[in-house]
Amino acid sequence: MLQSIIDEAPRFFGYYNLLFLGEALLNTLTLSAFGAAAGFLIGAALATLRHPRLFGFLPFRILSTGYVELFRRIPFLIKLMCVFFLFQIAGLKVSMYVVALTTVILSAAAFSSEIVRAGLESIHANQWDAAETMNFGPWRTLFRVVLPQAWRVILPPSFSFTIGFIKSTSIASQIGVLELTYAAKVLNTKGFSAILCFGSILILYFLICYPTKLLGEYLERNLGPSRRRPA
Amino acid sequence: MAHLAVDQLSARYGSQPVLADVNFSVEKGEIVCLIGPSGSGKSTLLRVLVGLLKPEKGAVSIDGEKIDYASKSALRRARDRFAIVFQQYNLFQNMTALRNVTITPEIVRKRPLSEVAAQGRALLAKVGLADKVDAYPDMLSGGQQQRVAIARALALNPEILLLDEVTSALDPELVTEVLDSIRALAKEGMTMLIVSHEMAFVREIATTVLFMADGRIVESGPPDQIFDRPQTERARDFTAKILRH
Repeated sequence: MLQSIIDEAPRFFGYYNLLFLGEALLNTLTLSAFGAAAGFLIGAALATLRHPRLFGFLPFRILSTGYVELFRRIPFLIKLMCVFFLFQIAGLKVSMYVVALTTVILSAAAFSSEIVRAGLESIHANQWDAAETMNFGPWRTLFRVVLPQAWRVILPPSFSFTIGFIKSTSIASQIGVLELTYAAKVLNTKGFSAILCFGSILILYFLICYPTKLLGEYLERNLGPSRRRPA
Repeated sequence: MAHLAVDQLSARYGSQPVLADVNFSVEKGEIVCLIGPSGSGKSTLLRVLVGLLKPEKGAVSIDGEKIDYASKSALRRARDRFAIVFQQYNLFQNMTALRNVTITPEIVRKRPLSEVAAQGRALLAKVGLADKVDAYPDMLSGGQQQRVAIARALALNPEILLLDEVTSALDPELVTEVLDSIRALAKEGMTMLIVSHEMAFVREIATTVLFMADGRIVESGPPDQIFDRPQTERARDFTAKILRH
């Protein structure tokens, strides 16, 4: 069996297959990076809408909490289908890639919002009180005092979820988005061995996820520490 | 005209009344100490003065100018005249001692960094922490943190300094260093409103003592009167219990 894989490898790693896998890799990367980044920004905005020290306007808080609670409880595939059909109902002709990206953003926003909310709430109210009595204003307090301390709480789960989203993009293969899992399925259908097809994307997924984890650890070390007690 | 005048001030946490018709005044350079049992409303009164809890009714005036707590700009102006030191220090944990002292003068009051840094170093030296300017709060003892908090409050050049049980979270051996810093301020003529459970300190430093119970000022007067000749039953009970320990 090993011999047959070795024999098949030169044909599998041919120019057109590599081009095909490269395009799938790029789509997976952009889906994950843009999806997680945009989702994080929207999620952070939702978390601030939910924070009583930042927005006292109750309808904002109810709407954003409702969104977060709803979208965290629906499986990714169902969200993908809903977004797909909503685009159809709206009469918008968009690519499957846009459908998948929209789903990743909507999903990441809900999860990120909860992570950021937990991070903001982990900072003791006395920090807000002190800043308020010194006329910082809520936004300056957020950016100067609270967020620099909250990163320690926000970063680790954010990167865990980002890695989760990278893996979730494989579900987009269900609607025909050319990403790594879809590419492996196509190549496998063309007759290439499953070990080569799925073994290759396994390595590619790892090559995306592992540096993401290292980036998370780097940011934790450099953004996170508010306490620099010497070792 | 009183420097700080509090007139019929009432406040509540939700449905729970916590201050009821509080009246008192503080003259410039006066040191007024608030004493009373836990839960009597002493700390709440300071929180109301700086607008962390909105008053339900009544008025607070500084030099005759009434503070409109419903107006953000009026509250901002009032907060520029007060500085509060909290029981739990409330230092910004992500900043060094010096940055804790300089951030508000620089970022909020828009003063040049070089000027506020020099002032910050001088203030930290004044409270005996010249060698701790680069230390983060969690590298400092409770007493040191509280002294940084005092330096931070002084950096705001307040007209009235509010001190909320600044020694109650400290070990006994750290209390002295904080009280010494406050004594030094008293000698300089700083107007202070102090909530304290350190009765010997209150007796020594206060020009007027306000005894609070159940959200009201039950008795007020010079320290000798409150501690030696209390006029009310509540104050007599309280001082008797305190002085027994």
